[in-house]
Amino acid sequence: MTSMTPGSTVASATAPTRPRSSYWSHLKYVMSENPVTGLAFGLFALIILAALFGPYLVPHDPLATGVGAALQPPSLAHWFGTDHLGRDVFSRVVVATRLDLLISVSAVAISFVVGSVIGSLAGYFGGWTDRITGRLVDTIMAFPLFVLAMGIVAAAGNTVENIVYATAIINLPFYARMARAEVSIRRNVGYVQAARLSGNSELRVLFGHIFPNIMPPMMVQISLNMGWAILNAAGLSFIGLGVQPPSPEWGIMVAEGANFIISGEWWLVIFPGLALMLAVFTFNLIGDGLRDLVDPQRRT
Amino acid sequence: MSLALKARKVGLRLLEAIPTVIGILVVCFLLTRALPGDPAAYFAGPMADAESIEQVRRNLGLDQPLPVQFVNYVTDLLTGNLGMAISTGQPVVAELATRLPASLELTLGALLLSFLIAVPLGVMAATRPNTWVDHLCRFLVTAGVSLPTFFTGLALMYIFYYLLGWAPAPMGRIDMMYLPPETVTGFYTIDTLIAGDWETFRAAIAQMALPLITLALFTLAPIARMTRAAMLQTLGSEFVRTARAAGLNGRRVLVTYAFRNALLPVVTTLGMVFSFLLGANVLVEKVFAWPGIGSFAVEALVVSDYAAVQGFVLSMALLFVLLNLLIDVIYTLIDPRVGEES
Amino acid sequence: MDRRHFLKGAASLGLGASLLPYLKVLPASAATSETAVVVFGGTINSLDIHRSGTNRDSYQVAINCYDRLVTFGTKTLDDGSLSYDYDNVQPELAESWEISGDGTVMTFFLRKGATFWDGKPVTAHDVKWSFDRSVSLGGFPTVQMKAGRLESPEQFEVVDEHTFRITLPFSSKLALPDLATPIPVVINSEVARAHATEADPWATEYLHRNPAGSGAYKVARWDAGQQLVYERNEDWKGGALPGYQRVILREVPSQATRRALLERGSITAAHNIPNKDAKELASRPDIQVVSSPIENCIYCLCPNLDFEPFKDKRVRQAIAWAVPYERIFEQAAYGLGVPTWGGSKTVDDIAWPRRSPYSTNLDKARALLAETGYKDGFTVPLSFNLSHADWAEPAALLIQQSLAQIGIEVTIEKIPGANWRTIALVEKRLPLHLENFGGWLNTPDYYFYWAYIKGNLFNSSNYNNAEMAKLVDDTLDMAMDHPQYAPNVKRMIELAQEDVPRIPLWQPTLNVALTNGANGYQFWFHRQMDIRSLKPA
Repeated sequence: MTSMTPGSTVASATAPTRPRSSYWSHLKYVMSENPVTGLAFGLFALIILAALFGPYLVPHDPLATGVGAALQPPSLAHWFGTDHLGRDVFSRVVVATRLDLLISVSAVAISFVVGSVIGSLAGYFGGWTDRITGRLVDTIMAFPLFVLAMGIVAAAGNTVENIVYATAIINLPFYARMARAEVSIRRNVGYVQAARLSGNSELRVLFGHIFPNIMPPMMVQISLNMGWAILNAAGLSFIGLGVQPPSPEWGIMVAEGANFIISGEWWLVIFPGLALMLAVFTFNLIGDGLRDLVDPQRRT
Repeated sequence: MSLALKARKVGLRLLEAIPTVIGILVVCFLLTRALPGDPAAYFAGPMADAESIEQVRRNLGLDQPLPVQFVNYVTDLLTGNLGMAISTGQPVVAELATRLPASLELTLGALLLSFLIAVPLGVMAATRPNTWVDHLCRFLVTAGVSLPTFFTGLALMYIFYYLLGWAPAPMGRIDMMYLPPETVTGFYTIDTLIAGDWETFRAAIAQMALPLITLALFTLAPIARMTRAAMLQTLGSEFVRTARAAGLNGRRVLVTYAFRNALLPVVTTLGMVFSFLLGANVLVEKVFAWPGIGSFAVEALVVSDYAAVQGFVLSMALLFVLLNLLIDVIYTLIDPRVGEES
Repeated sequence: MDRRHFLKGAASLGLGASLLPYLKVLPASAATSETAVVVFGGTINSLDIHRSGTNRDSYQVAINCYDRLVTFGTKTLDDGSLSYDYDNVQPELAESWEISGDGTVMTFFLRKGATFWDGKPVTAHDVKWSFDRSVSLGGFPTVQMKAGRLESPEQFEVVDEHTFRITLPFSSKLALPDLATPIPVVINSEVARAHATEADPWATEYLHRNPAGSGAYKVARWDAGQQLVYERNEDWKGGALPGYQRVILREVPSQATRRALLERGSITAAHNIPNKDAKELASRPDIQVVSSPIENCIYCLCPNLDFEPFKDKRVRQAIAWAVPYERIFEQAAYGLGVPTWGGSKTVDDIAWPRRSPYSTNLDKARALLAETGYKDGFTVPLSFNLSHADWAEPAALLIQQSLAQIGIEVTIEKIPGANWRTIALVEKRLPLHLENFGGWLNTPDYYFYWAYIKGNLFNSSNYNNAEMAKLVDDTLDMAMDHPQYAPNVKRMIELAQEDVPRIPLWQPTLNVALTNGANGYQFWFHRQMDIRSLKPA
């Protein structure tokens, strides 16, 4: 996960003298104190494994139609049943992990990096930097986000890259606004003054001293956004602007499966829905865990 | 900080909204024009030949060069004319007037419901971090946000309408046997109350219940989590510790010091949540056949109905500009730290 | 909560101010058999079919609220369901008509006593004004009128108050049936003229919102994007009085929601339900599902002749041999429809749609491909319209898998509605795509005219064959009992099967479900709900 990188930088930045082993012991401490986070890290590992090795482990080709009779409920041969084209739902759910992870991680990474840099600069320097970026962010924010994503994907075409860009763009203001607000209330507090007086350049003060301290709320945002990114793709699929078939993707599977709820083919929506829920869940819990890990105040 | 200074700051903030509005006009004009597809060909009908497509294009004013189209658009806008929504055959202004209240009623209702549940949950979780209460809160709100809204909506409908028959048929804002109340605010719940018509009020609430719950479930998480995170931060901060050390009682510290300061990030979040809600509305409106602005926009977007998309985006944009202004103003007013050095 | 329950509640309220005004005049006990609720997935965007931008779903207002001079009769199909009868033209506003010996002059005698809703008698002036309007406004109405060789106001003449004459440039078999399509409606010209302006001489703004017709139903209420409420015109002269006093047409965009409403019995009918629902609900005793094959309509796989591999006829034939017809029919159509594959190579009759000589035979496909320069296959995108995803997506996936077996690698591309029309039909630049054209006028040559002639809208394959063009040109207006008609059509079919610019997959059905004992539904070529024939239990 990309957000690990800034997270660990923070740890070393705020406590440069702390030996490496202490970092791990702290991790262990956090884990033992919060079993849910431990569970989340476990699930996260599972998701990563599924993304990396899923395609080699599944019993059937996720794209092959007619590997079983159409619309069969779960059985020993097909653990999660089969869909309307006789495809194996289990294989599709597992293989979909890679694409979903790709979409959410890249989208959130882009919006986090770009958004928080813009926001920090605006919050720190104020003045014209703030005004210009503020207007930019306001302009994006002025659009209902999902509709903006729809517009972008509709205009640019529904490919995986465009879904990623659209998701990144609509999430960008969140990081920018939050970073700006958090930086602006910190830019003149004691430790920042001290850092400035001791001869650090403005950028160094901003990214070396203030930025680490705005990480905790940002972490919460990231954890939420990881899930939202997947849900966003699912919503796009529901209105027909998702990834192109036949690629297995949880959102599109839930969207298509939703039409089968009333007719009783529950397995088409429940299993991808559970996978989706589990992933969003994991991201959210991980976010909390990371927050505990990097929060300087809680480490004392 | 003096009041005059705050007032000046608020005034400046209002001025700053103007370029945003202009930016929105340009972006929304360009975005609609960037949509693929030829609306003229679409609206000319299933059997149209090249000539009739050209005719439709002229009728729509799409044969003009882009700058001319933009000037026409802005001039019309200044006279309050947002054009015709071809996909529904109504003036965009009329569409907005009937659909915006429908969506806002749902959105604000969901926001209120979710705020009432999520903030106490968040505070509760923050005051008892890492206990089973905290974990349960996390679990519940995270579960709510982890499922796509259209799925939650359909599932609720399946259970409460299809299986149990408790909810009324999901066919819009009011059961077809009732006449909508006279329009005052456009919110059926409020309008029926103004008219003193309890029966219709109940019918309107019944239709709203499932979509409202669907949306509220979706927004519990951001509010509750932001409340928890902010509360934790303020509870761990120097001034709260100082207050505690000074012997103030727990409740007072919690409410006066911690909660008030924790509200700042929560208020910031509300704007974002509102935006997300309107997005989620698009999907929920589709499931419950809710005649709101979101479903209107989706249809308009799919058929490249320029006037409709522009009108929709513009009204949303202005709504958000107002909302963000409001949030910033509130932020300025309640945060003692902002603007001290200016 | 069903309607019955709600209406009882309404009655006990003493019919308070909160109720729809027209409920007040009715005894509550009669309400369920008097009011029908019909749901559909589309939206009504205008009450005027001639207006530019009026969508397909809105045509039903022209059908239910306006009269035409003539209409089609009714026939009972083999499965007991009702359908319009293309070969049986019946009076609607015209009591009778005469056609001159050379077929170029049609004289219509209007029904005396027929009135518009405001009581004004229907006269030949109204017919003339309305016909002038449809050929003058441009867009779809003008194109459809042209199909019946009705192109300019000079062709329409008022003989006297109740006699109307049409002069055709030449005799055409399409002229009379074209008058029974939803387009040539008769509008109350006095009302319309009163609301016409200099900028809008045809009162499109007024009629858009306020229909002025003589038809079986009036529009009691239109909430755009939500519902349309029809109320019966008790003085209707165009046919037998309809069964329902009031019909509420609700727009319910989610197909799952529509199914739930249907199964719960909250509604009277659902129009155009997906094949899967039609198949599964057919066995329920409380729901009657009518699946009517759509006349003159075929779902096709279209290779575009402007693109390199498909310029070679053998490549197209190879694809036609590689399509998994049976599986598509089972999994995309759920077994509903009429198969159009596995027929004989010789064309003995002019039945249309018909079985093509192709069936699934991968060896033949490979052999054909091996004769061409594409022995090792090629890559091609297969596109379909997003709005047709319910059948097109499974079909596309099955085709993708099957073509992979003869070395053709297919990528799938969904295209949104507005875009589709431009790319597929106007610019015709999709190399391989799924298409669903169906002709309103039910003759094979009409189908070939739209789909096999260079430049015509539905010829998205860019097929261009001089012989076909000549045949269609010769045959389009020819009477069906002309000795040359059948041989010409046979030859067109032979060409179409040999050149396969369109590979027929199956003939689709239009599915309508009725509950609460409603009956009398009738299939129409225009695929809209004609509520005039619906009857309560």
